[in-house]
Amino acid sequence: MPFSLEGFAFFTEAIFLGVYLYGWDRIPPGAHLFAGILVAISGAVSGIFVVIANAWMNSPTGFELVNGQITNIDPVAAIFNPASFQQALHMTLAAYAATGFAVAGIHALLLLRDPLNSFHRKALGIALLVGAPAALLQPLSGDLSAKNIAEYQPAKLAAMEALFETQTRAPLLLGGLPDPESRTVRYGIEIPGGLSFLAHGSFDAEVKGLDQFPREEWPNVPVVHLAFQVMVGLGSLMALVALWAVFKAVRRHELAMSRRFLMAVAACTPLGFIAIEAGWIVTEVGRQPWIIHGVMKTADAVTPMPGLAYTFAGFTALYIFLGVVVSWLLYSQIIRSPRQQAWHRTYLPPVVEATLAREQR
Amino acid sequence: MPDLTPALLLAGGLVVALNAYVLLGGADFGGGVWDMLASGPRREAQRELISHAIGPVWEANHVWLILVVVLLFTCFPPVFSQLVISLHIPLTLMLLGIVLRGSAFTFRSYGGDDIPSQRRWGRIFSSASVVTPLILGMGVGTLAAGRVGLPRTGNFAADYVDPWLSGFTVGVGFLTLVVFAFLAAVYLTVESAHDLELQEDFRKRALGAGLAAFVIAFLTLWAAREEAPLVWTGLVTAKKALLVQALTAAAAILALWSLYARRYRMARLAAAAQVSLILWGWALAQYPHMVPPSLTIHDAAAPAITLKLTLYALAAGALVLVPSLWYLFRVFKTDPTH
Repeated sequence: MPFSLEGFAFFTEAIFLGVYLYGWDRIPPGAHLFAGILVAISGAVSGIFVVIANAWMNSPTGFELVNGQITNIDPVAAIFNPASFQQALHMTLAAYAATGFAVAGIHALLLLRDPLNSFHRKALGIALLVGAPAALLQPLSGDLSAKNIAEYQPAKLAAMEALFETQTRAPLLLGGLPDPESRTVRYGIEIPGGLSFLAHGSFDAEVKGLDQFPREEWPNVPVVHLAFQVMVGLGSLMALVALWAVFKAVRRHELAMSRRFLMAVAACTPLGFIAIEAGWIVTEVGRQPWIIHGVMKTADAVTPMPGLAYTFAGFTALYIFLGVVVSWLLYSQIIRSPRQQAWHRTYLPPVVEATLAREQR
Repeated sequence: MPDLTPALLLAGGLVVALNAYVLLGGADFGGGVWDMLASGPRREAQRELISHAIGPVWEANHVWLILVVVLLFTCFPPVFSQLVISLHIPLTLMLLGIVLRGSAFTFRSYGGDDIPSQRRWGRIFSSASVVTPLILGMGVGTLAAGRVGLPRTGNFAADYVDPWLSGFTVGVGFLTLVVFAFLAAVYLTVESAHDLELQEDFRKRALGAGLAAFVIAFLTLWAAREEAPLVWTGLVTAKKALLVQALTAAAAILALWSLYARRYRMARLAAAAQVSLILWGWALAQYPHMVPPSLTIHDAAAPAITLKLTLYALAAGALVLVPSLWYLFRVFKTDPTH
């Protein structure tokens, strides 16, 4: 179900993206703005549906397993699985925070060079208006997710926190290198009772450790733990910068006038996307060896064709190549030559284009 | 007439979506073919017209394929599973082609005024436009020939290469490519109404591709006698099939005649009808099988509740989709002189 609905959301997005990008001088400004709004809505809806499908893999509901056969399918219950809300909220906020900060970061970088440019000043404000609230709400949404994982996927939580033994007053682990063989963590800082509190709301609650699960059902603990640290660390940094922005806005400081603030925002450009990647590593690697939690192992779901390493390597190389090209194009189009005509046609309305041309003279 | 069960309706919806993909996405691929073959004094004008015609709509056009994949995956999971296992290599190559093609098109548009890099992206765009339909057609040929989902032998080549690599499948691949190019050229004659010389360029290309499609269709059918007896019986000996073949031929002749007589709007209509009829001819020929020779629509269907809800989703989706698509094409395809 989520996939078929996502198909239509994606369709709407593609249609109105075409209208938006190529329709500047073909439709009235109101209709053009409306097309943009539709792209934003359908984009968010389509993302939410995809994440719901993933949430179902984490906490599958809406069916019964009888003798290994799946029966009594209820697609609606599958949509409203226990992880849907938390995961969709977390990813939607992450998308707004990452994109908001990436856009704000690019404009901040350009303002460092040209602090009086009114286009970049306005753009910085708009981008932070999208990114900062999302970055501030994200820790709360993360807390909801953690409580949900504690209930439905305790093995994942144990791996995220490298908690090898079940315990009450379980500590929150900051940093550290987990070693699954000796079941110890080196170089970490422990906050006593922190994990018990975050997972169950009480410092004395018992948190399940990895010892509750057979060794062959453990995910890769160092990878999950480190990815979780990266996600939380970068997310916290962004939330701090967002707080700084709120502080400045409340005091009516001109954002573009503080070089230190601009440098901080510019430094945040890639952080959101790195945090998103790290978060997906947490949820996907953390679910292993299952592809559908508790129902189907990844090894049973994979195509029987041998030599998948080649497919994997091929797609990895392709996306690295595309990533490099996109970064280079962004650099050469926007950063190196912000006044180049080529991208004005598509990204800017004729009015702004005229203003920029005037400024240039 | 068979009963209109939800499974049959959804299988029909699948062919409708595939039909839309062929008519719209197919023409985008065809545009890439003519970009590669752009020649003569109006070479750059041809490329510009193609890029202008594809730009606003190509993204929406390719979502039809996503709809096909999603319907297959949701409503007919065994078909999806057999297809992606048997056709792993061609489907991967196709995916690579689609990704590279879209990226190269975008990179070319936003690459600024750097001519050599634009040329490079243009070459990637046009080669991917040629290779992808070829592979798509080969996959369809493999399915039609009943060579998907065969019992695995353990020999890599026998399981994952041989089924899709034969004279017949290559024939279907080339047929797909030429048909896509034909569609694109016919559409472009309508889009170039503001420039009669340019229009004449694409008229010649459309006529050439239309005739080539005839020749390749007969060669492929001839190969089917030996290599794909299922297709041969389905398309040639069955009575209901002959009617579809006759209609297809009539549409093809009308399309070529309209091009010859420079009646381009008529040609566009006839070409679209011709290509749609080829697709439906294939679908009817293998009915009630989804994966010939044994897996039928009803055997492959997901549980009833899933089918029912997907039908509702399709109906609700169509309510949003149809007006949106109509708007998109009205905005960009009504004023060719712009």
